[in-house]
Amino acid sequence: MSAKFIQIFGFAVTIVAIQVFTQLTDSSFHLTQFTMTAYYSLLVIGLCMLIGYAGQISLGHAGFFAIGGYMSAFLTTHNLAAMKGTPFIALLSKLGLLVERKDLYGGELLAFHPWSACILSVCTVLVIAYVIGGPVLKLKGHYLAMATLGFGIIIYRIVLGTSSLGAADGISGVPGFSIFPGVMIGGSGSGRILNYYVAWGIVIAGMTFLLNLIGSRVGRALSAIHGAEDAAEAMGIPTANYKLRVFVLSAGFAAVAGVLLTHYNGSIGPSEASVMKSVRYVAIVAIGGMTSLWGAISMSLILNYFSLRGSFGTYDDAVFGVILILIMLFAPDGLIRKQVLGDLKSYLKRIRSKAVAS
Amino acid sequence: MTTLLTVEKLSKRFGGLQAVNEVSFSVEAGSIKALIGPNGAGKTTLFNLISGVIAPDSGVINFCGSQVQGLRPHQVASKGMARTFQHIRLFPKMSVLENIMIGRHIHSRAGFVAGMLSIPYTWSEEKQIREKAHEIMAFLDLESLAHVEATSLSYGQQRNVELGRALACEPKLLLLDEPAAGLNMSETTELGALISRIRNTGITVLIVEHDMGLVMDISDEILVLSYGKKIADDKPLAIQSNSEVINVYLGEDEDDA
Repeated sequence: MSAKFIQIFGFAVTIVAIQVFTQLTDSSFHLTQFTMTAYYSLLVIGLCMLIGYAGQISLGHAGFFAIGGYMSAFLTTHNLAAMKGTPFIALLSKLGLLVERKDLYGGELLAFHPWSACILSVCTVLVIAYVIGGPVLKLKGHYLAMATLGFGIIIYRIVLGTSSLGAADGISGVPGFSIFPGVMIGGSGSGRILNYYVAWGIVIAGMTFLLNLIGSRVGRALSAIHGAEDAAEAMGIPTANYKLRVFVLSAGFAAVAGVLLTHYNGSIGPSEASVMKSVRYVAIVAIGGMTSLWGAISMSLILNYFSLRGSFGTYDDAVFGVILILIMLFAPDGLIRKQVLGDLKSYLKRIRSKAVAS
Repeated sequence: MTTLLTVEKLSKRFGGLQAVNEVSFSVEAGSIKALIGPNGAGKTTLFNLISGVIAPDSGVINFCGSQVQGLRPHQVASKGMARTFQHIRLFPKMSVLENIMIGRHIHSRAGFVAGMLSIPYTWSEEKQIREKAHEIMAFLDLESLAHVEATSLSYGQQRNVELGRALACEPKLLLLDEPAAGLNMSETTELGALISRIRNTGITVLIVEHDMGLVMDISDEILVLSYGKKIADDKPLAIQSNSEVINVYLGEDEDDA
């Protein structure tokens, strides 16, 4: 309980330290990439829960991310002004789901409010995850990987081929998302620091939920399913149901990440749905150590940041592919794991006992 | 005595093999019943049918007054039936304590949302789970191993952890699948005493076992299977002198059978 609190606190301190550092070095423009990193990290920790703790793989999480992002982008930019008179639109308007604003050219634009778009998008993803998760999670190992990969490819091709979703150009002009009065998730330069803290605040909240879950009865049951599914079932754990729920949960994290990043960036493109994105997320979870949320989030922070800064140049996707191969070959337990801490502890102990002896 | 488990004309066929053939028997509450038979007699299949791992082709399984055939294993487990496995199935990368805590799953209720939000009632529930697990570890002399990774233990200790995990379910019926396999003589004797102790706490035991000494010592009744069919169901002494059972085990003249 307290260890968990200290870890979360330590992480929050790191986040503040990064901001202070950029402030002092007059490089606060880096916060834009760090903010985007936060939203990708939200997806990564959800995926880590699925892969590391429940032992189920998904190579289609970019698909969930993209569905969330695209749907929210579409709903908040698609002009309903022409249909204003229809009873359906009038009803939506009455329910307060719509908002009127001026478009770039000063024309009247009637579209969904970001809040209603966000909720609708995330709920849609949850339903989709539930529907495909049911049959797909009956598969194990390679077969599950292939099925989720297939899902990811389908979403990518749909996004790329649909003209109302902007085809290869994606959707731009997505409005900022004012989650509370005065707190706007969006790309305006003035709100950079605020956006940074809002984004990482959301990640820390998500992290807290997942850490709580891991330490709970459900978390134990998920580890049991990972370890020996038949024995877990024999202990009264409804394994199929739990796998489905954790799959939907991690898809939900991906959807929220997709929605928020799209509003932050003001746009979304088909590359967000690409299979290479899914592979990248799995690579980050793998290098972080599969069964370590902290490992996953730190690796996500580092790798996504450098990737977004363009440090890997045109080899961006290749870098993540290479990382995945190297990790699987040389450190299948990831770089950040308890073992490292254990090694460090025993090393310190040895030094101390030496000192005592001499 | 009341009847806890009744099996009626249970059958299961795997392709050309009639693994279990119209087997009927019952288990009295508070008794130890053994299930024996030569290799391939269908003992484990019968176990898997009762615990819901596989669904029967026909027949009825009545447990605690409700029919459980065709239910999923977790549904059967939640009705009060716990089992151990012929090949030990502990949860790797989890401590002895955590393994046994899993056994409390059906007696607790914190779900995904309660877990994520760490709602206060889950704290007291966690505490109860922990206390019960410690109680069970004390019963099985596992206290000193509480924080050791379960799969790193010796074979005999792993057996005990698996037994502890099943006991944590507080089952009405405990199914033990060859618990003495791989144990030496003194360990087997200890196991026999332990099973008797478990029965004395009010848990009914159904055990598949090859070790005849153990079976004859502890069982109240013995069911003998051969080629999927029931050939005897009686008290240990009667089983020892049953000619058909002797035939099956010692393989007397085929003509006599």
